[in-house]
Order: sequence, then structure tokens, then C-alpha cells
Amino acid sequence: MTEVRSNATRIWLLHAAVIVLLLAGNFLLPEYHRGMFSRALVLATYAMGYNLLFGYTGLLSLGHAMFFAAGMYGAGLPVYHLGWDVPLVFATGIAAAGLLSLAVGVLALRTTGVAFMIVTMMFAQIFFLATLYFTTWTRGEEGLVLQPTTRAIEFAGNTISLSDPSTRYLVALTLFAIVLLVSLRLVKSSFGRTLVAIRENEERVRMLGYNVFATKLLAVVFSGLVCGAAGAAYGLLFGYVGSGFASSQYSILALLYVLLGGAATTLGPLVGTLFMFYVIDYTSGLTSAYLLLVGVVLIILILFFPKGLLGTIREKWLPWLP
Amino acid sequence: MSGKLNSSFLTGNALSRRDALKGIGAAAAMTTAPGFVRYAQSQPSTPIRIGFQAHRTGIGAAYGRWYERTTAAAVKLINDGGGINGRPVEIITEDDGTDAARGAEVVEKFANQHHVDIVYGTLFSHVVVGSAPAAGELKIPYYVVSEGYHVASGQMNRWVLQPGITDVRAQCHAVAPWISQNVGKKVTMIYPDYAFGHDHRDFFAPAIEAQGGEVIAKIAIPPTETTFTRYLPQIPPQTDVIYHVMVGPAVLTFVKELGEFYGGGGPKLFGFIDSLEAVDLRSPGLEFLEGSHFWEGMARYRQTDASEHEIAYRDTVGLDDNGASVNDKRDVSTAGHMFGCWETLHVIKQAMEAADYKGPEDRARLVEATEAISELPESLAHPQGDKIFDGKVHQVFGRQNISLVENGTLKVVHRTSIEDGRYESDTDYTTQPL
Amino acid sequence: MAFGPYFLLATLEGLVTASILALTALGLSLVFGVMRVVNVAHGEFFMLGAVLAWAVSTAFAGHPAIGFSAALLVAPLVVGGAAFLSERLVLRRLDYNPEATIVATIGMLYIIQQLALTFYGADARPVQAPFNVRIQLPWFGYSGYKLFVIAAAIIVMLGTWLLLTRTKIGLIMRATQYDRETAQAFGIPVDRVYGGVFALGAMLAAVAAVLVVPTQQAHYLMGRDPLLLSFIVVIIGGLGSLRGTLVAALIVGLSDGIISVFFSPTLAKMLATALVALVLVFRPQGLFGVRTR
Repeated sequence: MTEVRSNATRIWLLHAAVIVLLLAGNFLLPEYHRGMFSRALVLATYAMGYNLLFGYTGLLSLGHAMFFAAGMYGAGLPVYHLGWDVPLVFATGIAAAGLLSLAVGVLALRTTGVAFMIVTMMFAQIFFLATLYFTTWTRGEEGLVLQPTTRAIEFAGNTISLSDPSTRYLVALTLFAIVLLVSLRLVKSSFGRTLVAIRENEERVRMLGYNVFATKLLAVVFSGLVCGAAGAAYGLLFGYVGSGFASSQYSILALLYVLLGGAATTLGPLVGTLFMFYVIDYTSGLTSAYLLLVGVVLIILILFFPKGLLGTIREKWLPWLP
Repeated sequence: MSGKLNSSFLTGNALSRRDALKGIGAAAAMTTAPGFVRYAQSQPSTPIRIGFQAHRTGIGAAYGRWYERTTAAAVKLINDGGGINGRPVEIITEDDGTDAARGAEVVEKFANQHHVDIVYGTLFSHVVVGSAPAAGELKIPYYVVSEGYHVASGQMNRWVLQPGITDVRAQCHAVAPWISQNVGKKVTMIYPDYAFGHDHRDFFAPAIEAQGGEVIAKIAIPPTETTFTRYLPQIPPQTDVIYHVMVGPAVLTFVKELGEFYGGGGPKLFGFIDSLEAVDLRSPGLEFLEGSHFWEGMARYRQTDASEHEIAYRDTVGLDDNGASVNDKRDVSTAGHMFGCWETLHVIKQAMEAADYKGPEDRARLVEATEAISELPESLAHPQGDKIFDGKVHQVFGRQNISLVENGTLKVVHRTSIEDGRYESDTDYTTQPL
Repeated sequence: MAFGPYFLLATLEGLVTASILALTALGLSLVFGVMRVVNVAHGEFFMLGAVLAWAVSTAFAGHPAIGFSAALLVAPLVVGGAAFLSERLVLRRLDYNPEATIVATIGMLYIIQQLALTFYGADARPVQAPFNVRIQLPWFGYSGYKLFVIAAAIIVMLGTWLLLTRTKIGLIMRATQYDRETAQAFGIPVDRVYGGVFALGAMLAAVAAVLVVPTQQAHYLMGRDPLLLSFIVVIIGGLGSLRGTLVAALIVGLSDGIISVFFSPTLAKMLATALVALVLVFRPQGLFGVRTR
């Protein structure tokens, strides 16, 4: 019993420490790295959304870019064309991703395993093509710039500008922290345990009387909402909305971030995202053929950490890691 | 940390260097005595650092390679001539992977880590648009060489300028009269189904209508496509001329399939060289292009009436008569676009000297000095031809070449006037605060 | 163009797409079916085949058919060798763990792409077809070589089918696919079978690439779409079903070709993708797959 309680304390302390450290980063990190971290935090949030479905529920989607992009366009288009306020479009972005994930979930969850992977990939491809087909409004691959004046929040007489580096970092961190704590809470809840149970043995969960389909659908929608929030935040914080974010590359990136950091670990997505950001940033400074190095690093890493960085650390040394 | 642009492949080529020096000729000799050159270089003066956002990987890599070479050649010429304000120019290159998100990161890296003076050199529109917000927020001048209609559309910000290459809108506008008079009036357009293609569609159609012509079909091809034959029946039989503009690795297929479909007959063709940049015109399957016309920003093949500046430019960059590398005749250049790098760097030099640019604190004055530029006469700095820069729109206007495919080479048959490409614009960046 | 000939053209184009898809997917189907790993680098083996086809065919002077035949021989062997090596050095050490394999093959994707970019370059380069016949139909002209591609794909498919059903190697592969543990218990060197299957899969992709590259051109980023489409075909067809892979390739290819007659190109692409996705939604085990858990 005390073992369990001390573990729970450890877990909360660890997550609080990570958030505090990241908060300190706003004041300690050199300017360039603060900018990199701002982007990485938003993409790590995206990866956390992906992790909920892939890591915990065991559903491998190759189409999550559509949820990220749905959030981005759901927020970006109303700002650009209608001049709506930031808080409102943040909500419309999340809502767009939520609706899309509900529709995709209802259809795609008729399938399992690799078929689920392919169906989500195809839906994402349709979404990507749609962003091009409606170039009149989206400007397709070229994308839209959201001007700084439209990316400001009027609050109690003050203007909070999302294009200010410090504000941007703190907003990104807030989003990240909320999603991190919510997912930590979630995976420890009975709902989270049901998800893991479905991953381990779906039939048994069904026989125990759970509505597996509804539970999985909820997981898809929750994952879609988180990814949509990340997409909306990315567009609003960095002022650019383009179809590149809906391409299959971004679906694969989410998978890569999660696998590198460790699937079904709460902090894995952050570790994986930062790792990839800095591997690319660092190696591209060494040689113009840096993709070769990136590839070699990935292979070596996975040879020594087959379950991802935190996944393998948990397996070998720190079994209490969530 | 990052690769400084290594100009060894240029210095290794003594011939082109000597020719270049010859080409600079009187102009360089007048402004800078030889002794001054050595003096300037031996001074411990800190270089002017230009961050070059290059497409080394990703879909833009074929262009990126030649953008790097042209940049290196222009920088060497500028440095041999005494640099800018007596300071040598140093190029810091970062790869953006031809990706919009990475592009913005690279701009931040230039400003906050490399501490460059300005950022320059981007080609693909989505990278320009993706990077522009970062440039605006960091208040760092961002000179693009992209031919996209993003800058002039007013969507960017005061820190984004395109002074070295004309945009798509001007290009469509300029070639429309010639097409209607010389090729035909009933036009079918084939273009990629994204912003670049839509700009062609939206700006060419009214331009040809103003000439009494008409666009009778618009076929937008999804960019993921690798084969095109099944779309070709959508071309109406009464078409006089097919206007084609495609970008990306599949374009050669597109042109080949057009040939298979029509054989010797079929409508006439007017294309944008974008489709065939870095591709040898004598590649198998392209024979049927013989007799068709292309827009070229600058001539790929050395023309018999090439100006001395154009010849000097070609020699300095290292182009042979066919527009391929002097070191490898299979290494075909992107001649139709890359001159923009050369000219942009010279505009930067001109503006920095006008602003007496000392360092990052003068960035705002540099933008103002660039905006103040108007006429750019034909010269070694502007070998493609004379140009007019519109400081309100941040966009340069110039002449366009229309070339005929003849014996597997391109022969310029018409040069438009600058006026042909001018269009009305409400954009005025100068009202934005710096 | 009148509707009839247009439809004919679209069908022909669909058949060419289908036959190339079938070949590429066949390789993936073997790897996926037998080893149960998602090989993200499969498209890069395809690309490598096309790039090598350019390198080999340009090394030969004389009639283009000579260079092409040499490429058809050399490219698959080199690609197969590279795949075998990467299987031995990496995948085996990961014990074919599905998740670790995804990361490792993404790493391989980066490595192969960068090598191609460094040594081959960023340009799209054409490869000459072994013969150049333009068949003039009353309504339009058509490439004779494309018809040859259809025929060649059928032959390779037949060959693979014979290999799988009529030879001992095929029996061993099928046994391994059916039940890895039992196969091992019966003395089948599962480990070595995996190495062979991975190489064979990559070789099939390379063959498809050599065949298709004269109708397109070699480019270092050409691997992505074949990868995605192959995955679709393999799953729609039903895992491990050769017949299913063929039928699925026909469905994907033909729907892509024929739907394009009726709609604007991008919309047609969206609708064709949606149609194929819905096949899977309403028949999750694939067309010829057996519902398994």
C-alpha cells in the first residue's frame, strides 16, 4: 500500500518537476532554443494525443495529420476569412477536429489492426486532397499567413499578443501541461485502464460486458480533440496554416515521436519530439547529407531502446513510470 | 556550425573565374582599384552575414543546388569587387528541407543563433509563406527569390521583399498578348491544383480575354499525380493552344504523355519552363516539343545576341552554351529562375550601400532603402535585363522571354516589355510600421 | 473526345496503374504477410530500383533494349542484396518487434533517400523504354510500352504464384506465414526464411520500378506514393492472399482511372480514395482475407 502511495507521489512529483523545468526554460533558454521548444511543445501535445490512441488503446492510426490539420484549419480559416477572435477560433478548431474524429471513428472502428491503419491513412489522404481542392479558400500548399494583429487576445483592457516569443512559449507550455496532466489522470482512471485492457485483449473486455466500440470511439474522439487543439495552437501561435501539415508525413511524424519516446508513457511524446527536433537541428549543421545521420541515429537508438527511450527505461529500471 | 557556402567548386574552375573578371571589365575597375580589393580583404572588418535558406533536401532540391551555385558565384563577384561597404559578404546556408514549418525554424535560427544580418534565397512559395511570419516578428529583412504572387498580393509583411525575380501574375500578364497574336486564341490550361496553379488560372484568363482570346477549359491536376494521360481527353478538340505549367518530378511524364497522346498533330503548346528546369531538352520522349514555345525567365541556351553582361554572368556561374554545368554537361541548370539569386544579391548590395548599413540595428533602414529603389538598369548586376522595383508592392517587374524549341534547344523569339507585365495593385507595405 | 473512346483510354490507364501496383504490392504483401512487420522503407526499395535502372541503362550504349534488360537483371539483385543486409543487420536484431521495426524502417527510409540524393541527385531523370511504339487508335495515340508493362506484370505475378504454390521454398514461406512457432518446431529455419522474404519483397518492388520507370522517370522522392498505395492494396486484398492483392490492385487502379472520366481530377482522386476506403470499412478483413483476431 505504501509502495503504491509512494509511487503515486513520485509520479506527480516527476510531472510537476518536468512542468516547472519547462517553465524555467522560458527564462533560461537562449532565444533560438526557446523558439524551438515552443514548437516542440505544441507538436509534443499532438504526439500525446496520438499516444492516447496508439500507445494506450493499441489502435495504430496513420491518419492523425487530418486531426491536427482540422484543428489548424478550423481555427485558421475563421480568423483569416471572418476575422473571428482567437478564443473563439481555438474552440472552432477543436470542434472541427472533434467532429472529424467522430465521423472517422464511426467508420474506421469497424476495422481493426492493419485495416484500421490503412483506413485512417486513406481518410487523411482525402482530407489532404480537400485542402488542395479548396485552394480558393485555403491557398493549398502555399498556405495562409495569419497576421500578428489577428493573433492577439483582448483581455481586461490588455492585448496579449501570441506573436510575442515569451507569451508564445507560455501558451504552448500551458497547453502542453494541461494535456499532460489530463492524460496522466486519464490513464490512471478506470477509463484509461479499460483502454489498456482493450489493447491487451479486446475479446475479454467485451465478454466482461464493456461496450468496446463506444470506449474505442471515445478514445478516438478524445485523441482527435487533443490533436486538434495542438493544430489550432500551432496555427495561431506561429501564424501559418498550410496543407503540408495535412500530408502523410505529419501522420508518420506523430507515430515516430511516440515510438521514439516510448509508446504508452506519458512523457514519451515530449522526449521523442524534442529528440527528433534536435537530431535534425544538430545534424543539419554538421553535413548537408544529414538525413543519413538521422537515419543511422534512429536505427541505433531503436536497437538499444526497442521500446522507445522511456519505454525501455521503464522496462529495465523504473517500473513505476506511467 | 552550419556549412559556409564552399566556393571551391568555383575557384577550382580557373577559366570561369578569369572570364568573370574579364566580364566585370571596366565597371569593376572603375569602382575599385585592384589594390583596394586586397586592402578590403586583409582588413579585419567583420563580414556581412547573409543567411541563405536553401532547399537542399525535399522536393526543391534540384532547384536548390543551382540556387546555391548562383549565390556562390554572385558572392564571389561581389567580394572580388570589394564586398559591400568595404566588408566581405559571408553566406551561411541552412537547409529547410523544402518544408514550411522547418523554413520558419530556419529563419529563427538565422536571426537568433547565427545572428545574420538578413535572410535570403527561398524559392518554393509554401516555404516563403510559412517563413514570412517569423521574419516579420523577428524584424529581419527577408529577400525571397520565389516568383510566387505571395509578396505582391499583400499577404506578407513589410520585411519580405522580392526584388530579383518577377512574379507569376506578371508573367501570365506579359505573355498573354503574344500568345493570342502568335499561337492562338482558344486556350486550354493545364496546371497543378494548388496555389501556384490557381494563380496562373486566375491571372492568365482575364489577360487573354483582354486580348480577345478565351480560356475554354481549365484542367487542374492533383500534385500527387504521376501519370496524366487519362486527363488529356478533357482537352476540347477546338483548342488552339494548350497552356501548361507543372512543377515537380512528374512533369517530364506529363510532357511525354502529351506527345504520345497527340503524336504529331494536336493543338499548339505554350509551356512554362518550370516544367523542364534541370531537365535536358533532348531527353527521350521530348522530341515532340520541337516547334512549341516556352516562357523563360532567362534564356537557358546561350543566344547569339546575348549581351556582354549575360555572357559574363553565364561564365561566372559556370554555364556552358547549353545551360548545363561546364563541369558536367548532364547537369542541366535551372537557368529560367536562378538568375534571381544573382540579381537579388546585387539589389541587397545596392540597398545596403544606400543605407550605409552597419549592422542589425540598421535593418529597418535597409528595408526603406530597398523600397526606395526604382529603376534597375541592365548591367552585370542585372544580366537578365532592366527592371523596375515597386517599393510599395515589394515586387520587381521585368521583361519575360518567349522561346521556341528549335533543334532541341531554346531560341528566344520574343522579349516582352516591362509594361506588358505591370498590373494594378492596392498593396502598400510602406504604410506598415517597421 | 466522345465518351466511348474516353472510357477506353481511362480503362487502359487504370490497367497500367493496376499492374504496377499489383507488382509493388506483391512484394509488400509477402513481407507484411509472412513477417507481420510494417516496412515503411518499401517505397524506397522501389525508388532504388528506378534509380538503379537509370544508372545501369545509361551505362550501356547501343539499343535501349540492351540497357533496359541489364537493368531488369541488375537492379533487383542489388536492391535485394541491400534489403537482405538491412534485414540481417537491423530487423533480426529487433526480433521483428512490430513497433521497433517501424522506427528502424523509417531510419532506413532516411538513409536510402539521402544516399540517392547524394549519389544520384535531385533531378528527375528519364529512362529510355526498350522499344518505342506508339499505337495510333482512331481516337488517340497510346504508348505500346504501357501495354507491355501490363503483360510483364502478369508474367511476374504468375511466376510468383508458381513459386509460392508449386515449390518447396513457397511451401516453407507459406508455412512460416501460417504459424511461425509450428514451422520452427518442424525444423524450418524461420530466421533465414525472413531474410529471404524481405529480400524477395524488395526485389519485386525493384522489378516493378524498372518496368514503370520508362513511363515515368527516376526521382529520389518517388517512393512515397507507391508505399501508401501498396499498403492499401495489400490490406484491401486481404493479408497474404495473392489473388486478393491482384483484385485489389485492379479495383484501385480502375476506379482511379474511370472515376477521373466523370469528375475534375482532384475530386476524382478524393472520390476514388473514399470508395476504396469504404470497401474496407464494410469488409474489414479485406476481399479475400479470412477474419482473424
